[in-house]
Amino acid sequence: MILKDSLIAVIVLAICVIWALADGAAAQQGIGSALRLMTPLLLACLAGLYSERAGVFDIGLEGKMLMAAFTAASVAYLTGSAWLGLAAGIAGSLSLSLIHGLASITFMGNQLISGVAINFLASGLTVLVGQNAFGLGGRTPALTGTGRFQPITLPFAETLRGVPVLGPIYSGLISGQTVLVYVAFAMVPLTWWVLFRTRFGLRLRAVGENPASVDTAGVSVTRLRYTAVAICGVLTGIAGAYLATGLSAGFVKEMTAGRGFIALAALIFAKWRPWQALFATFLFGLLEAIANLYPNLDLGIITVPSMFMNALPYILTVVILAGFVGRAIPPRAGGEPYVKER
Amino acid sequence: MSLMKSLLAGSALTVLTAGLALAEPALIYDLGGKFDKSFNEAAYMGAQRWVEETGGSYRELEMQSEAQREQALRRLAEAGANPIVMVGFAFGDVLTKIAGDYPETNFAIIDMVVEAPNVQSVVFTEEEGSYLAGVMAGMASESGTVGFIGGMDIPLIHKFHCGFAQGFKSVQAEGNVLMNFTGTTPAAWNDPVRGGELTRAQVSQGADVIYAAAGGTGIGVLQTAADQGILSIGVDSNQNALHPGQVLTSMVKRVDNAVFDAFTAGAEIEPGVKVMDLAAGGVDVAIDENNDELVTDEMQAAIDEAKAAIASGEVEVHDYMTDNTCPAA
Repeated sequence: MILKDSLIAVIVLAICVIWALADGAAAQQGIGSALRLMTPLLLACLAGLYSERAGVFDIGLEGKMLMAAFTAASVAYLTGSAWLGLAAGIAGSLSLSLIHGLASITFMGNQLISGVAINFLASGLTVLVGQNAFGLGGRTPALTGTGRFQPITLPFAETLRGVPVLGPIYSGLISGQTVLVYVAFAMVPLTWWVLFRTRFGLRLRAVGENPASVDTAGVSVTRLRYTAVAICGVLTGIAGAYLATGLSAGFVKEMTAGRGFIALAALIFAKWRPWQALFATFLFGLLEAIANLYPNLDLGIITVPSMFMNALPYILTVVILAGFVGRAIPPRAGGEPYVKER
Repeated sequence: MSLMKSLLAGSALTVLTAGLALAEPALIYDLGGKFDKSFNEAAYMGAQRWVEETGGSYRELEMQSEAQREQALRRLAEAGANPIVMVGFAFGDVLTKIAGDYPETNFAIIDMVVEAPNVQSVVFTEEEGSYLAGVMAGMASESGTVGFIGGMDIPLIHKFHCGFAQGFKSVQAEGNVLMNFTGTTPAAWNDPVRGGELTRAQVSQGADVIYAAAGGTGIGVLQTAADQGILSIGVDSNQNALHPGQVLTSMVKRVDNAVFDAFTAGAEIEPGVKVMDLAAGGVDVAIDENNDELVTDEMQAAIDEAKAAIASGEVEVHDYMTDNTCPAA
């Protein structure tokens, strides 16, 4: 059971070790790239985890990230502060989350349709407002200096550089990331703790499995679900802000480029569990990094084109969904608005 | 019921046509959007220049989805717009289908060849402009490795790569040209994050000049190149000003001239293929106050020499789209 649960982790670490042994310098660059690419995926995946564990399906992760990227880049440009941009990104994404909550919790609408609507809304609104505000075709002007999150060098990074194995890992990979990357990684144990070790987490999971029992216990289903949707909004907000002000320097229309959907795939891949989400998104990040570094990966016997690498997250998700490697069972009450019996 | 329907349709059509008694030209932008600081915006600039010089007016439409193309073209043709200029290879299939239905209307399509008696196909010799960019990259590169990052993996973008590689190899015969494509879907034109990571990957492999032909993705390439302290080359519009002193040059495609010419010709636009090459001012490398410090006298001489050699036919730049191969790479 333990082996089965940690299967993804084993695969991911095996890829890293084999890569490092085959070509150390390339592996260091590639794994660093994977860490950067996985951060928005991880944040969005954890965001979806809170929402879906509480019984609210969310395919609007993409739209919320996009909106957050836009508001973060705009405010960071106007104020020159990446932190204010982050706050604006969270606010932008949170407002869409509340629309989703209103439609699917209060008005008991279809959660999937509400999610699709949010994706469309974000895609249109960002370009419309961006064009009117900056006149650059939906782009925001490029951010400079304090408008962006800069890489942080951790203490002792320079001293430890010479140490074999540990040195490159600590100074090359762990150090030198932007602060939001550390936030994203810290969210994993935090999410695990909140979900599985606190009363709030127990209720949150219960409301996604059997809301009636939670209601019977005298706890408000509506309130719990709104809280989950709001947490989802905050996390996608950080993800969007990281895309626009950490990874790149400004907003470009449709810049999320399907990352919200890959995060959903990762969520299914991880079977709605936080530690597995970490390794699933790391795997997806690694695949993208490998595709970037080796457009045609020569494995000796076969040559793998980058298109295949890019399609692999979706293929793996389908394999998981088909039940070949364990079963992915979503929260039982997911997708159903809760109607109190009268 | 059906009578009512056709009456309604008829009156709707009259309303449309009434607004357009005079044959106004029309311009249709592709999915990138009118203000993409690149391809579509260049078309817009050309149309605006025509307005300033003639005082005329024109209609314009911005595509929002693939499905709108045919409807948009038919609407404009039925409304009497003439000529109708469309920007982008993606209109090719639709135009082939409908051009015969409107023999009185003249069309001009940029970046694609459509065989029809009332269509002017404007194509650019991107390989020649890219060759010049490659020559500059060859002069500027100290590591002997340069990179190319394309947007969507289509033959048109391979054409940019192929010219660039040939130009680079004409200076550094033993050099190495890295090539990456962002993706295989239209999303590849708007993924600056991925563009940035591709740039870092190429830098780690030793590239010190990177040419981006990738629309919005290119913004991320130029940004990361500037962050990493290497040179980049922009595309389509003049992107030198995005990072002054860090963009070696931009391979400009004078889409504005093509639109301006088409509008000026009006309804008498000449059908057939119109090639906007180096000699006709269709493509060039941009040199302005933002990059003149990067362009040494030697480099300028090499560019002039390459231009002369292409004009005289001494150097023949290979066009990838003729046989889908690239001998230089």
